Amino acid sequence: MEQVVNTLFNGLSLSSIYLLVALGLSITFGLMGVINMAHGEFVMIGAYMTFVTQQFFNQYMPESIGSLYYFAAIISAFVVTFILGCIMEKLLISRLYGRKIDSLLATWGVSLILQQAARTIFGTQGVNVTAPSFLSGGLTIGGCTFSYNRIFIIGLVAVTIVIVWAVMNKSGFGMKMRATMQNRPMAQCMGINSRKVDLLTFGMGSGLAGIAGCAIALLGSIDSTVGQNYIVYSFITVVLGGVGNILGTVLGSGIIGFASVFVETYQSSSIARAIVLILVIVFLQFRPKGLFTIRSRSLDEE
Amino acid sequence: MGKKGFLKIFATVTASALLATCMLTGCGNSGGETSSGASTASNQTNSGESVKVGLLHSLTGSMAISEKAVSDAEKLAISEINESGGVLGKKIEYQEEDGASDPSTFATKAEKLIDQDGVTTVFGCWTSSSRKAVKPVFEDYNALLFYPVQYEGMESSSNIVYTGAAPNQQIVPAIDYLIEKGYKKFFLLGSDYVFPRTANEIIDAQVKNAGLEVVGTEYADMDQTDFSTIISKIEAAKPDVIVNTLNGTGNVSFFKQMAEKNYTSKEYMTMSFSIAEEEVKTIGADILKGHMMSWNYYQTTETDTNKKFVAAYKDMFGKDRVTSDPAEAAYDAVYLWKAAVEKANSFEVGDILKAIKSGEISFDAPEGKVTIDGDNQHLYKKVIIGEVKEDGLIYQVHATDEPVKPDPYLETYEWAVKAGVKPLE
Repeated sequence: MEQVVNTLFNGLSLSSIYLLVALGLSITFGLMGVINMAHGEFVMIGAYMTFVTQQFFNQYMPESIGSLYYFAAIISAFVVTFILGCIMEKLLISRLYGRKIDSLLATWGVSLILQQAARTIFGTQGVNVTAPSFLSGGLTIGGCTFSYNRIFIIGLVAVTIVIVWAVMNKSGFGMKMRATMQNRPMAQCMGINSRKVDLLTFGMGSGLAGIAGCAIALLGSIDSTVGQNYIVYSFITVVLGGVGNILGTVLGSGIIGFASVFVETYQSSSIARAIVLILVIVFLQFRPKGLFTIRSRSLDEE
Repeated sequence: MGKKGFLKIFATVTASALLATCMLTGCGNSGGETSSGASTASNQTNSGESVKVGLLHSLTGSMAISEKAVSDAEKLAISEINESGGVLGKKIEYQEEDGASDPSTFATKAEKLIDQDGVTTVFGCWTSSSRKAVKPVFEDYNALLFYPVQYEGMESSSNIVYTGAAPNQQIVPAIDYLIEKGYKKFFLLGSDYVFPRTANEIIDAQVKNAGLEVVGTEYADMDQTDFSTIISKIEAAKPDVIVNTLNGTGNVSFFKQMAEKNYTSKEYMTMSFSIAEEEVKTIGADILKGHMMSWNYYQTTETDTNKKFVAAYKDMFGKDRVTSDPAEAAYDAVYLWKAAVEKANSFEVGDILKAIKSGEISFDAPEGKVTIDGDNQHLYKKVIIGEVKEDGLIYQVHATDEPVKPDPYLETYEWAVKAGVKPLE
């Protein structure tokens, strides 16, 4: 029984982490169609922002509010990656719309530059973030211990999803965004400034990566390659779920997270990775568009 | 090609590429490039006022974190020797190359150092895969490599001097200590590459020979960040002690995630073979407090040479830097090379090797006196079991009385011979 509960919780926790990383990507890659290889580096920047904010609080803030640093870190990580995302969109991505291979290579170059920049600024030695005091340790119920970190991350993901959903479906900006992504020329005819929509949408996707970085910082050490560990999985999550569909990304990350944990319970983790990837490859042979497909009247769809 | 077709191909290609990487790392990298040149390295650069040696470590990539400290220690030893008059009256110059955490780059750079730059002695490598990749290069050119890191053993090349611990100078005494302390159920956890796999083969044989039980063995990917499933498996297996051969960032994630579940050294004691002072600093002393390590040297080791070494190291590289076992072994390597050159009265590799064969090359190292074994070219070393304290340093809790004779193939251990412990290829 304990083992079952543990496995379920681990699966939920891993899925939530994959989801948080993939969420930004499901916007930039899923909706906008930009293959942004630097997405992992935005995650890394978010993680480093957590570290920087913690250092700042340790030095300049009274100890009584010290553990609140984490909330400041989430906000600052979002803001910084949002701005960097906007700059990148303006300087690079906006010139490469419709040229997928070019944008793949260009963003990969950006990812290498950002990694090297992180090494230059923070050194090659990994840095460590201490979890805020209210998140250290875990909650023990019966024979199972649920770490506060992971409960918090699951909550953070839930809140983020609701906000993203609300922005996309309930706000004026969200409507413009969906209109532009679905039918750009028509949206432009209706007076939507599609350039501005692209800019803000890409910024939002990047900002979400920053928030994911904050969550990852709680779990391990931060170094320049931390984003690399997640980038391929998040692309796979988005493709598995169905490109352009946030609900699909939620399910996709759930499937990959739970599958990894279940297989790993009976196999070693290297084998577990391989098995999950084989399952994804086989699945995509039968449903190349992923779990969910969007019906569209657009002519460029086959 | 439509949007759909492209996405399908893209996803399949990335997934397959990742899969391929998984498979490759799973099998371990035992190959590496072989070079075909057979000439002996020329001695041209050793004329005149100085002698040139090579330093070959990863300055970039995932191993740079660890190898920086080692190459720094080598530079410290070189500058100390130069200040006190050099070797045979010549100053040491060094040429540094970047192995970039990649075994085949290591092989290429080793060949460059020997063939183009005319270096005969190189101090270098950290990972076993990089050592295995450069080994044929050093053998073909009859050059000399000083390898400064503890490793899994099962190797003895006449062109390599191993200044880190062989398994019987780190792993075997640590397990002996745990058995003596009454630990009965062992859980083996390691990163998925050659050192942990060989180490666990040895530990498994040793534990079973003592009539005790290994309740689980798990390997994590090198870049694994989530250990929740492995921790669940540990909980289910209920071991007395976890023998940890994780390497690099995996350690940070593992110990952080153990702390998340309120586990300290009281619930699960660990014995680690790849956590030195530098790693303790990153993981945090509050998390590692009470856990055990096994090495041949700690920053706290009480010898006069060590006081000087620690002071000089901090002086040269910064107050917040710490010394560690691999850094100390690298520092020793340069001094041992000096002693061998002086005994041989020559910089020729053949003469140096002859001097080493005598078994009389020793150095009064920070860890105590070390001597090169003339037969297998490993060092006689004392083994020290240490425990992490609040200040982030590791303190001795147990040590062997005398330096232990190196036995890389564990030939003098009956249980190891009986279990047929052999190198993984």
